[in-house]
Amino acid sequence: MEQRALICIGCPMGCRLEVTIENSQVVDVTGQSCKIGNTYAVKECTNPTRILTTTVEVENGYPEVASVKTERDIPKGKLLECVKELKKIKLTAPVHIGDIVLEDIANTGVRVVVTTNCDLVDK
Amino acid sequence: MQEFDLVIIGGGPAGLAAAVAAKEQGIENLLILERENKLGGILNQCIHNGFGLQVFKEELTGPEYADRFINLVKEKKIRYKTNTMVIDLSKDKLITAVSKTDGILTIQAKAIILAMGCRERPRGALNIPGARCAGIFTAGTAQKFVNIEGMMPGKNLVILGSGDIGLIMARRMTLEGAHVNAVVELMPYSAGLTRNIVQCLDDYEIPLKLSHTVTNIVGKDRLEGVYIAPVDENRKPILAEEEYIPCDTLLLSVGLLPENELSKKASVKLSPITGGAEVDEGRETNVDGIFACGNVLHVHDLVDNVTEESYIAGKAAVKYLKGLRIQSDRIEVKAKDGARYVVPKYINPRNIEKSLDLSFRVKDIYKDHYLSVYFDDSRAIHHKRKIMAPGEMQTVKITSEMLNAHSLCSEISIVIEKE
Amino acid sequence: MHDVLIIGAGITGVSIARELSRYDLKVCVLEKEIDIAMGTTKANSAIVHAGFDAKPGTLKAKLNALGNSMFDQLSKDLDFHYRQNGSLVLCFDENDLDHLNQLLQQGEQNGVQGLMILDKAALIEMEPNLSDGAVAALYAPTGGIVCPYEMAFGMAENAYSNGVEFYFENKVLDIKKSNAGFTIKTNKGTYESKLVINAAGVHSDEMNNLVSDSKLSIIPRRGEYCVFDKEVGSYVDKTIFQLPTKLGKGVLVTPTVDGNLLVGPNAVDINDKDDLTTTQSGLDDILRRASLSIKKMPSHAIIASFTGLRARTEADDFIIGEVSDAKGFINAAGIESPGLTCSPVIGIMVKDMVVDMLKPQEKECFNPIRKGISRFTELNDEDRQNLIEANPAYGNVICRCETITEGEILSAIHRPLGAKTIDGIKRRTRAGSGRCQAGFCMTRVLDILSRELQIPRTEVTKFGGESKLLVGKNKEDI
Repeated sequence: MEQRALICIGCPMGCRLEVTIENSQVVDVTGQSCKIGNTYAVKECTNPTRILTTTVEVENGYPEVASVKTERDIPKGKLLECVKELKKIKLTAPVHIGDIVLEDIANTGVRVVVTTNCDLVDK
Repeated sequence: MQEFDLVIIGGGPAGLAAAVAAKEQGIENLLILERENKLGGILNQCIHNGFGLQVFKEELTGPEYADRFINLVKEKKIRYKTNTMVIDLSKDKLITAVSKTDGILTIQAKAIILAMGCRERPRGALNIPGARCAGIFTAGTAQKFVNIEGMMPGKNLVILGSGDIGLIMARRMTLEGAHVNAVVELMPYSAGLTRNIVQCLDDYEIPLKLSHTVTNIVGKDRLEGVYIAPVDENRKPILAEEEYIPCDTLLLSVGLLPENELSKKASVKLSPITGGAEVDEGRETNVDGIFACGNVLHVHDLVDNVTEESYIAGKAAVKYLKGLRIQSDRIEVKAKDGARYVVPKYINPRNIEKSLDLSFRVKDIYKDHYLSVYFDDSRAIHHKRKIMAPGEMQTVKITSEMLNAHSLCSEISIVIEKE
Repeated sequence: MHDVLIIGAGITGVSIARELSRYDLKVCVLEKEIDIAMGTTKANSAIVHAGFDAKPGTLKAKLNALGNSMFDQLSKDLDFHYRQNGSLVLCFDENDLDHLNQLLQQGEQNGVQGLMILDKAALIEMEPNLSDGAVAALYAPTGGIVCPYEMAFGMAENAYSNGVEFYFENKVLDIKKSNAGFTIKTNKGTYESKLVINAAGVHSDEMNNLVSDSKLSIIPRRGEYCVFDKEVGSYVDKTIFQLPTKLGKGVLVTPTVDGNLLVGPNAVDINDKDDLTTTQSGLDDILRRASLSIKKMPSHAIIASFTGLRARTEADDFIIGEVSDAKGFINAAGIESPGLTCSPVIGIMVKDMVVDMLKPQEKECFNPIRKGISRFTELNDEDRQNLIEANPAYGNVICRCETITEGEILSAIHRPLGAKTIDGIKRRTRAGSGRCQAGFCMTRVLDILSRELQIPRTEVTKFGGESKLLVGKNKEDI
């Protein structure tokens, strides 16, 4: 049996969690204020995930880069690989919130979507 | 000269929410003035997620959160002017603004909501010695370069200050290919949210050096490195333990200051602690009909809280315009032992319908302490809280029943108690 | 072949250049930095001294009061900010009153007008925020404050408009005597000139020593300063000096002509002529010593600190004149305080020498007037409206703290000898010199510079050289 102290990142409250792990399985979580804490504790101890937010280039747009995010959380270990994949992409203005940048980034099965509106500008 | 019932100065999250609330309460003749080329304020460059859990019950990025409100403003046909900088404001609510298209614009308002936000403390405010070379930026300036312009202000960084923008930028710069050597924090605790330490520093193995500061800046043209040192209990650096970190960039995240230059011109009384106006429960300042909300009032941690506060200001401004605000026998709210400040500073009990949230910050980290609210000498609230930290704003609800029960009370105080 | 080549575009060099531009001469200025006023001129007390300080008989004493008297007209001709606010030398000890009287007599000997000793009551009436420790003061009504780089821009732009050539980023590496005059080699090229004027500031010894056997030695003397927010800019009205004692020369507290408060300097001799760093001990020291003068040091309102280097020589006086073993090589060296005040007279002195040697014709078309950048904040609303109608860029506020518009920034870039850097914009317009220290406007100013100079943003610098602000695009190193 193993105890792990975690801070929940599910919301800004930052609950301090105590997680009990047995045979690589989370058997108990305490300290959470809501069910997000449970989910987070289990994921963090078995397959930690994060939402990725970054930018991709936009031709003739303002902002000059479009902010994007993974629609769901992706495995933490794949963050860098995802950034590398996004480096290759160049959008063309105008782009809008919700536009799909990639259907499946780095074989995670997760979509990447635009999170800002970039207007077309005359350069 | 133009005339408006309500003018909102600033089209960031505070101004947008205040405008939406005012419009919903039936004020038609209102105007938002925004100095940037689009509405949304600083949210437009805060591309990380974590916004909106309270207000929208889902996790959004900054631009998405802003967009929700921009759409509301457009749907409700609220008038706004972008690229318009307010340069003067009088206590009679006469506004002077300037823009390329309108030239000098004078506007007489019946009520005004100040929603200008805040700015970052610069290097000079800390008076850090050393070279005055290129490569020293506030975290927010760097954020604009990276998130709006797609340009890197540096590749090898040290970040001074563990405010949320500093922590967020540590992750952003790392994900854009830079190396962050350390985040250096003068205090023994972080000024930012704990979850940001986990997901912005720990995830990327970026060291957080608490009780440390930058003691010297080295470089001729471009920054070459910084010296950092631990500090003693009086926050004075222990120079014998100074350490040199080569780097090309120093980002500063050393605090935010409410931007109240215009408020001063209008004779709005400011709190020396928050740097924002002293307001009552409707966020009305000492100047009749001038309200304030968001980071211009006091610096918030979460945009959701800014939104909630701005709804209050927007609604109260409407009441003011309709002659429904009652100002009599107001009670002063004080932050005492352990509490640094509290907003609002005054309560007019007859304006409270059901309850009222008091927002406050503590002076230090308090574990397993009680948060107490006194009406004069009578303790009405006594809650144990597991942890209260200066970096995380606290709230406590007082009800109209409490106010009624202490109707003759002259002062309400927030106290942090051991037992 | 130039008639006159001036080394250094500090206040000394450009003052000389402007005087020479009255004549039919081919004059050029070589400057090792990217802009005017990049050395001592950009970092000093910004004081127009009354002239009581210098020892009678020295050049400093001879030129100071005369220089002071020229500022009123010059500031009008060249459109720079100058205010005769008066200065006070505080005496903190009854036993030092004699010393204060001596200073008054010395001032009178130097030709300073209107000096008087104020007792405590008169002093406090004049400056209510002075510390209780002050027992009396010497009052010099002719003391003034000026923006030194603005003055230098005025001089240089006027000289340029009257035909003087300027070559920046030209560091003089060698000077050789030739038949017709001198051959000057820089990192960029070679120049020929009949006469050479050495106005190289802290480097003026090196220039002199390239041509002369009577060697000079400049010891750079560091002076550190703190600049305060405009909210405390009128804490004092006069320039407040301290009577020098055995313990040292004292530091000053003064309003600046732009409305800030300035405190400093200390005086530390150093070796490195490029070392413009501030030190914790130095900043602490000036703040501690300046607190003697005023009731309360508003330390919370500090917005910036900086270091300036004075070109100190062993002789403790200006060195102005032709070098005996290098005819045609004229020194204007060792120009430390009160060099800024004396610079207009130094210009005339050196011009007289040149006229004596080359006997040039006076130009008929010399225009002494230079118009500065229209400052939006200084206009009334009607004038502002007219300005925006004529040029909408004046309706776009770029620097929020100082309310500087895009129109002013464009003017700074496109005027004669225009700005090429972020600091160049700052010194010409004040964009970025307010309380947020460019946090708000840096990205905007950088974009405007990139657009107007047609250079990539990664090539925009803070002050030339390798002082670039952006290092590349996102994800380049991923």
